[in-house]
Amino acid sequence: MTASILDSVEESKYKKVTDLNPQEEIAPGSALCAGCGGLEGMRLAMKVLGEDTLICNAAGCFTLISVYPFTPLKGSWLYTSMSGPVPAAQGARDALDIRMAKHGLDQKENMQVMVVAGDGATYDMGLSPTSAAIHRNLDFIYFCYDNEAYGNTGFQQSGSSPLGSYTMTSPSTLDHPAGSERSKKDLFGIWMAHNPPYLATVSPREPIDLSNKFKKAKDMKGPRLFICLSPCPTGWGFDPKETHLIAKLAVDTGIFPIKEFVNGKVIHTKRPRKRLPVEKYLERQKRFKHLFEPERRDDIIAQIQNNVDTYWEQYDE
Amino acid sequence: MELTKNKQMMLTGNKAAAWGARLAGVDYVPAFPITPQTEIVETLSQWFADGHMNGKFTNMDSEHSMFMAAGAAAATGVRVFTASSSQGILYGLEALQTIAGWRVPLVLVNVSRALATPITLEPDHNDVLSLRDTGILQLHAETCQEVLDYILMAYRIAEDPEVCLPVLVNLDGFYLSFTREPVILPDEAEVRKFLPLFKPSQPVFQASQPMARASAVFGGGNYSYFKIQHHLAAQNVLTIYKKVAQEFGERFGRFYDAVERYRLDDAEYVFVMSNSFATKGKAAVQHLRKNGIKAGLLKLSLLRPFPSEIIGEALDHRSKVAVIDQNLAPGMGGIIYPEILKAVYRREDRPEHLLSVIGGLGGRDIQEGDFISILQRLDQDPGDDPLFLFDEKDLKQFDQLRQIAGFSREARVS
Repeated sequence: MTASILDSVEESKYKKVTDLNPQEEIAPGSALCAGCGGLEGMRLAMKVLGEDTLICNAAGCFTLISVYPFTPLKGSWLYTSMSGPVPAAQGARDALDIRMAKHGLDQKENMQVMVVAGDGATYDMGLSPTSAAIHRNLDFIYFCYDNEAYGNTGFQQSGSSPLGSYTMTSPSTLDHPAGSERSKKDLFGIWMAHNPPYLATVSPREPIDLSNKFKKAKDMKGPRLFICLSPCPTGWGFDPKETHLIAKLAVDTGIFPIKEFVNGKVIHTKRPRKRLPVEKYLERQKRFKHLFEPERRDDIIAQIQNNVDTYWEQYDE
Repeated sequence: MELTKNKQMMLTGNKAAAWGARLAGVDYVPAFPITPQTEIVETLSQWFADGHMNGKFTNMDSEHSMFMAAGAAAATGVRVFTASSSQGILYGLEALQTIAGWRVPLVLVNVSRALATPITLEPDHNDVLSLRDTGILQLHAETCQEVLDYILMAYRIAEDPEVCLPVLVNLDGFYLSFTREPVILPDEAEVRKFLPLFKPSQPVFQASQPMARASAVFGGGNYSYFKIQHHLAAQNVLTIYKKVAQEFGERFGRFYDAVERYRLDDAEYVFVMSNSFATKGKAAVQHLRKNGIKAGLLKLSLLRPFPSEIIGEALDHRSKVAVIDQNLAPGMGGIIYPEILKAVYRREDRPEHLLSVIGGLGGRDIQEGDFISILQRLDQDPGDDPLFLFDEKDLKQFDQLRQIAGFSREARVS
């Protein structure tokens, strides 16, 4: 790229919140929980992607976005099944391509095909079809709202539930004090191993970063994958008005690294200058309450802190 | 090969299925291999690759993914074909049930193969009948010609605005999939008159017509509305099938009723059968007739919707009827038998004896001797218990096999 093109890419970047598209692509009034961090992330994403988008949705919390006969979306929606949205995106993408190439469908009728799925569908059941779709170089956007458990069914453990978190199927007991005893799967790493053209983590608390990433991805081809940390008042146990605070603490403690993978390189786009101790994030959520009461579990907290420190050590300058 | 007029070729059932898709002008084939279906997807893959077919062939990662892609593509406005078998149908069952509810027209072929466990290769119909209650329509083929013709008819039915449902065409693995028979390939231009290129009758996904499909529904009443709609659409096919079959017959000279009445007119004994083993049944009927026994056969082709009225009528005044189920619902018996009972129950002239027969499991042959034992059982009061076509010879072979491996006869689990 020449310097002038780089300049113009830089020019077109969102720099402040008032640069964002004032139009809403998702109307208010869905049946989702108040303070849903995932919906806020998707709302911001859709502002960039616009209405010419077909969302293929997996079974999960976001099933409730469209309840017959209502939809808050300006664009299109297809509810599939838990592991069905990615292959559905394949079918829709292929069909649009065939119609444009073979049946003279106007390019203006083309749509961005997008998968929306929770972490349960993404980390567990849907991992294999997604791996295959990335391998096929399917031209689509994947938006994973990651609330770190099977949220819609009442918060059970998923492959994304972090160490030390309580879920309805990983309770904290005398024999199993941590609750969830394993760290979350490294989905970013798993997806990165497929070498997709674009992969990023985003947070609803970082709207400029999120919007710029979707803007970059919008004009690319192939699989473009997003993991959006989605603070969940209902499952995580905090007041809905604190969604942004929780999302911010996840970034500031270094628990949720904000990054992207492009051209074979990982770049941290919002690197916390001085990481807060993890307990600042943990202590505000009911799902980690057993780490503090009835007695403080310094061992588990230290392990969580150690995992975070080990992660960042790889990237220390 | 240029298709300028009707040509006859020796084709396997699988090749006939591939030709059906090609002649139908299919745009899109999402695929996943499984024995004994593979020849279908290999053939189509080759035809897309060398330009005989125009559109796209996509290698999918499972049958679940394959059926999902098929449904979504149909909802986005292209003509879709796909094929599977056995375990693949089971793996894709959730997707199949889902896309049936999407009310999308497409055609899929199932090459019947018995289900695990134990895992095996030869056919019976527990695979296809696991889709019995999905609302996917079903046509079962006896011959390679029927495979091709049913696929063409299936698109007309699936795409009818009064239907908008997937249609499955069934053929037996091995007995049909790998058996070459003479098949007339209809002229492509004639096919196009019978089946024009796809013009969706419902709105499809494209930028200018945003819509939400398959949204969640709450409340049993609202849910019932959609399910009853689905039922009514399937029931519409009873009328539409007749029209489509008539038009197909006039254009191509081959007429297919929802059922085939083979030497049924004066028949005293009737075998109710479907798929490739119906050919064995017809041979038995010929043989019995030569020996002065008035036998006949009712072949079931349209399984969903179930043509109760037509079946009931066909069996009026036939005193001894044997329903041969090539499937088994353990703890119940044959799957089709109760459906036939339902078809005849209210009729004044219903059969005196209605025998349930279970045979052909895992491709176990049905031979002349089996038909004789069916007749003998029909001459008595057949009772409620099914007749299993599994005899001393089968048991002897089983024991011999085990003896080779060092088991004693006594050790057999009874």
